[in-house]
Amino acid sequence: MIPDLGKYAGTVLSAYGVSLVLIVALVLVSVWRARRVRAALDEVERRRKSA
Amino acid sequence: MSLWEYANPVRFIRVTDRVLPVVAASALGCLVVGLVWGFFFTPDDYRQGSTVKIIYLHVPAALMAINAWLMMLVASLIWVVRRHHVSALAARAAAPVGATMTVIALATGAIWGQPMWGTWWAWDPRLTSFLILFLFYLGYMALWEAIENDDSAADLTSILCLVGSVFALLSRYAVNFWNQGLHQGASLSLDKEENVADVFYMPLLVCIAGFVLLFVALVFLRTQTEIRARRMRAILARERMA
Repeated sequence: MIPDLGKYAGTVLSAYGVSLVLIVALVLVSVWRARRVRAALDEVERRRKSA
Repeated sequence: MSLWEYANPVRFIRVTDRVLPVVAASALGCLVVGLVWGFFFTPDDYRQGSTVKIIYLHVPAALMAINAWLMMLVASLIWVVRRHHVSALAARAAAPVGATMTVIALATGAIWGQPMWGTWWAWDPRLTSFLILFLFYLGYMALWEAIENDDSAADLTSILCLVGSVFALLSRYAVNFWNQGLHQGASLSLDKEENVADVFYMPLLVCIAGFVLLFVALVFLRTQTEIRARRMRAILARERMA
């Protein structure tokens, strides 16, 4: 499955590993914060309307 | 329809809500196709061996690190000239994305440099200007967090962005200016001699498209979040005053 990377296998795989972890972490943090802020704003607006 | 209509936060959220799934899906598609193509279906380089496969991450990330800052510069200038809050918040939203791209470019560059140059790091003009660009990203984000008043924060970070643009441009052209150091010239060039070989070129272009679309999707999502967070702060401030 994985192509023969020869003596540079560790180098190539670690570059891909580091990059993909950072990209996935950035996406997850962005989505998580978007949901959290949206829920908090909904709550504040609901409270304001009911007051 | 004028571009400035998107300066209305409600309109911005409505439009980006519609296009965000398309942009995000296109980003994922391009990244998967480009990286699979580059990793599995391109040959090794005759000099660099299989390490050439790092190009599909290193070059797009470096490109986005510089261009994210330039996007922030344009958005900051719009804020300074026209006082549109959405543009200031878009600049704020782009900073963590640009900083992550800079870390990816620095990390993959170090990992690639070790077997090719025999060192993880050198105080080479391009590497050094990239490190300074990363420090500017950190300073920019810290400044936004440090100032409570949103408008003052937008003013001061716009000035910082303007100053940091020197290093964003230097990190792109450092090789040409000083013509020294370990880092080679541009991988993508109109000069056929300088450009990467055709077999690496097409998957690289697909990866670049993926990184650009990922950046756009994340900036849309994060700008929406900043708009909502700003609105929430305004409501809570009004409640405290009442």
